[in-house]
Amino acid sequence: MNKQTIRKDWIHNRSVYLLAIPIFLYFIIWSYLPMVGVVLAFEDYTPRGGFIFSQWVGVQNFTDFFSSYYLWRLLRNTLLLSILNLIINFPAPIILALLLNELQNEVFKKVIQTISYMPFFVSTVVICGIIVDFMGYDGAITKILVKMGLAENKDLLTLKGYFRPVYVLSSTWQGIGYGSIIYLAALSGVDQELYEAARIDGANRWQQTWHVTLPGIAPTVIIMLIMQIGSLLSSSTDKIILLYRTQTYEVADTIGTFVYRRGIQGGEYGYSTAVGLFNSFVNLMLLFTANSLSRKYSETSLF
Amino acid sequence: MKIKESPSRIVFRVINVIIMIVLAFACLAPLLHVFFASISDPILLTQFQGGIVLWPLYDATHHITAKGYTFVLTNPSLIRGYANTFYYVVTGCILSVLLCSLGGYCVSRRNTMWMKYLTLMMTFTMFFGGGMIPTYMVNKYLGIVNTRWVMVLMGLVSVFNIIIVRTAFQAIPASLEESAQLDGAGHMTILFKITFPLAKATIAVITLFYAVGKWNEYLTAAIYLTERKLYPLQLILREILVNDSGQSVFNVEDQASSYSQFKKLLQYSTVIFATLPILCVYPFVQKYFVKGVMIGSIKG
Repeated sequence: MNKQTIRKDWIHNRSVYLLAIPIFLYFIIWSYLPMVGVVLAFEDYTPRGGFIFSQWVGVQNFTDFFSSYYLWRLLRNTLLLSILNLIINFPAPIILALLLNELQNEVFKKVIQTISYMPFFVSTVVICGIIVDFMGYDGAITKILVKMGLAENKDLLTLKGYFRPVYVLSSTWQGIGYGSIIYLAALSGVDQELYEAARIDGANRWQQTWHVTLPGIAPTVIIMLIMQIGSLLSSSTDKIILLYRTQTYEVADTIGTFVYRRGIQGGEYGYSTAVGLFNSFVNLMLLFTANSLSRKYSETSLF
Repeated sequence: MKIKESPSRIVFRVINVIIMIVLAFACLAPLLHVFFASISDPILLTQFQGGIVLWPLYDATHHITAKGYTFVLTNPSLIRGYANTFYYVVTGCILSVLLCSLGGYCVSRRNTMWMKYLTLMMTFTMFFGGGMIPTYMVNKYLGIVNTRWVMVLMGLVSVFNIIIVRTAFQAIPASLEESAQLDGAGHMTILFKITFPLAKATIAVITLFYAVGKWNEYLTAAIYLTERKLYPLQLILREILVNDSGQSVFNVEDQASSYSQFKKLLQYSTVIFATLPILCVYPFVQKYFVKGVMIGSIKG
């Protein structure tokens, strides 16, 4: 790249570069400055000292976290919630899409689809508000469980046993319909002649599903799976903040909620930045691992 | 050609239809309960033991009521919350679409030397970021914490949207732009007169994604706002529905016991009040969302 080509490029594309300035600045300020800001993780940040004059403490914040009682609790909860979420809510939309695909009445199919997207448009606060109401003292679900003899009439969200099922199943409710869209699209892309060929070979419906449909949508499934694994360590902080109670921290507190509570609410900036940074790193590792495993075994990969 | 169906196939189809109906009911039931309970008599509602309410509760002495809605519709906090949310969504939409299409346009230019580095720079942020606290500190130093700006600026530009726009712009034949250039059109003219109209569908999709996300989101506000008069609707909802501090939102002045008496009614009416607009709109816009998911998946 010599000077002349640089100048020629500048003369040609000057106005494009000028137009790109706002976007460039946006990313510099709100994406890259915070990355520089992770130096906080190595400081004992005080508002008076700011970024530059706060005391440098090296890896103190990290060793504090690694030796604290929280490391295990947060890692366990974050991973467990994500894995439960993956096991239940990853296959659920695929199964729904397969079932929807079997419906023959187009109008009925359309109606069911539209209804199933509905929860996706309801806000997290409203969903959690409904959960709090339904599972509270005298709530609708509480009453049903009491009738079945499965629970006592009290605020079920304060009990440790309920948090995980509530978290996972409410996500199922919210995401199953919307999640099925992409698989339905993949299903409609499967070559119809393959079914014809399978039928001629004497394959029954199950065999057709197993040998034609599933391989047909496999690339989509794998891409979605990689993306899910990449975010294994980032559960929905916004939802957990609304649903957890002091009594259920033991099973519900995750890295995201911990950073919010300690950092934003508690003002321990250095320490919570360190915890957040640790989180980002593990996420990145998981993403790369999932991607390379997939590239090796299925020849489908994100990058 | 009609293929004769085996009995097991027919059984499967009947079961499948039943599963689908149950699923649709499960999706609707919570909101149906909330709606019917919101117009039921509060005393009968407390006494009701059946779980989900699927019909308004009333009898000879207890009547269907719209009292919850009168309180909600005359509540200044909720109205202001609505207005604030509206402001954040509309301002955000305009700026977001403008910046995303500008960004998409720039990175879709062929024959530029540096734009691929901008793409790289943006893509990197999809996989790694500074996190919640450093971002908070940046905003604090900029002096926009606790202002309307932070609500508009946070999440304004998404890499994903820029990539979607870029894909749409790249699909437009280069010859179209070249001929416009020969006629003396500048980049702004090309963007607004040619590329923008041709990529209308994609622009509509990203606008809708942004608007619904912004309407429903509360965490940014919870992190950055402490001033009550800036609160978006979702933060007010959090107080009423989740934190159980609705008493401070509704100054029920009639009697001392009023709030606890009407609490459920007020909560349910609030849910309907906050959710109704989006429920009325979504059946009409869902096809754009379906389209959006497809566009996103092509990229993946």
